[in-house]
Amino acid sequence: MSPDVRVVLPGVLRELAGGQAELDVPCEEGAVVRDVLDRALADRPLLGARVRDETGAMRRHVNVFLDGRDVRFDAGQDTPVRAGGVIHILPSVSGG
Amino acid sequence: MTQTVVGIGTRKGLWLARSEDRRTWSLEGPQFMMREVPSIAFDTREGRDRVLVGVRSEHWGPTVMRSEDGGRSWDETPEGAIRFPEDTGAALARVWQLVPDPHDADVVWAGTEPHGLWRSADGGRTFELVRGLWDHPHRPEWGEGAGGGAIHTILPDPRSAESMLVAMSTGGVYRTADAGHRWEASNRGIKASFYPDPFPEFGQCVHKVARDAAEPSRLYAQNHHGVYRSDDDGASWESIAEGLPTDFGFVMQTHPHRGDTIWVVPITSDREHVPPHGELQVQHTTDAGRTWQVHDSGLPQPSWTCVLRDASGVDSREDTGFYFGTRNGDVYASTDGGASFTRIAEQLPDVLCVRAVDLP
Repeated sequence: MSPDVRVVLPGVLRELAGGQAELDVPCEEGAVVRDVLDRALADRPLLGARVRDETGAMRRHVNVFLDGRDVRFDAGQDTPVRAGGVIHILPSVSGG
Repeated sequence: MTQTVVGIGTRKGLWLARSEDRRTWSLEGPQFMMREVPSIAFDTREGRDRVLVGVRSEHWGPTVMRSEDGGRSWDETPEGAIRFPEDTGAALARVWQLVPDPHDADVVWAGTEPHGLWRSADGGRTFELVRGLWDHPHRPEWGEGAGGGAIHTILPDPRSAESMLVAMSTGGVYRTADAGHRWEASNRGIKASFYPDPFPEFGQCVHKVARDAAEPSRLYAQNHHGVYRSDDDGASWESIAEGLPTDFGFVMQTHPHRGDTIWVVPITSDREHVPPHGELQVQHTTDAGRTWQVHDSGLPQPSWTCVLRDASGVDSREDTGFYFGTRNGDVYASTDGGASFTRIAEQLPDVLCVRAVDLP
């Protein structure tokens, strides 16, 4: 059994995840943020479309933090994740 | 008793104004709070009470919402109604236009940013990109107006399901006569004041085109400087700007029943998006642009607002109601051809789209 990465959703998106605030996603060795998001969002297309556009790019005013750090300042969705890591999806202040 | 509904799409949500006598209005909303609503289509074909709206969140992106009960409840296609195919490498930025087809009650057209024309054969649940236009060799040279690069005007031809005219900023007018396979630029006579060659084949910043109610081969265009009429299905255009205070503006609204009758809202210039001299006004012609009458009764003066390209609409009653909304959140109605206006909504966010419908 793979260890999990936890994806924490903002309140406004939780109804698109059946009311869940957190999604625990199995994490394979060598996985990156994109892999975790792919798994977390695969069966939730409406949620997925809020976070990433149809090219797979993160929406401009959506921030993804891995273990507290904005992945844009690392390798974006190619940032490696560790088992037990936590990904926060949050709206940026710039989009309001 | 007939009820008129005016859909008001704003920068921060949707409002619906309802009235039976068009004197007293009840305003419902907001819906889609903090999401912009740049496009609305009321679909009453075959007795439906369907509403489609383009919605866009700055954070969470664009989508199409669909109501089967006149805007009281909404649904969204789980996989997304409009998604650019993977091979295009494009992503939907905004749904600028939603238009029910006059020939097939299941068909709805959408115009998007980036410059995409889309066809739905299931009433707006899912749309397919019209490849003939997307693959046009001109597309790499189509640009962006101040609002973005988009197909904002879709005019199906009421005489033929094979024919259609679209307009885009920038790019100009394009027409097809073979159901969207081949498209030709159709801008002869329309000026592009921002190019060294002011009359290029394409590249014009046409703001809105509308079709005459009585003579379908007659079209009117409000351009980025220039107001035009075409009497040959859009093959060529001639200026009808003489008599107007300015030739800039965004709105081009035709009467739903009466030929030769249009309304425009003059704006000072491409550098000054305000009414000329702060005088908010509607200009009205009943002779296809040969002469113009100014209407400002009931409109606030002075006013330094602006009226955007889709922020006007008409109902279908015999004494047609004409409606428009401003960027400072007012919506005005006239039931006497524009001779006088009353404010039916105020203090809303900036108005992007106004559409009206009559329900039995």
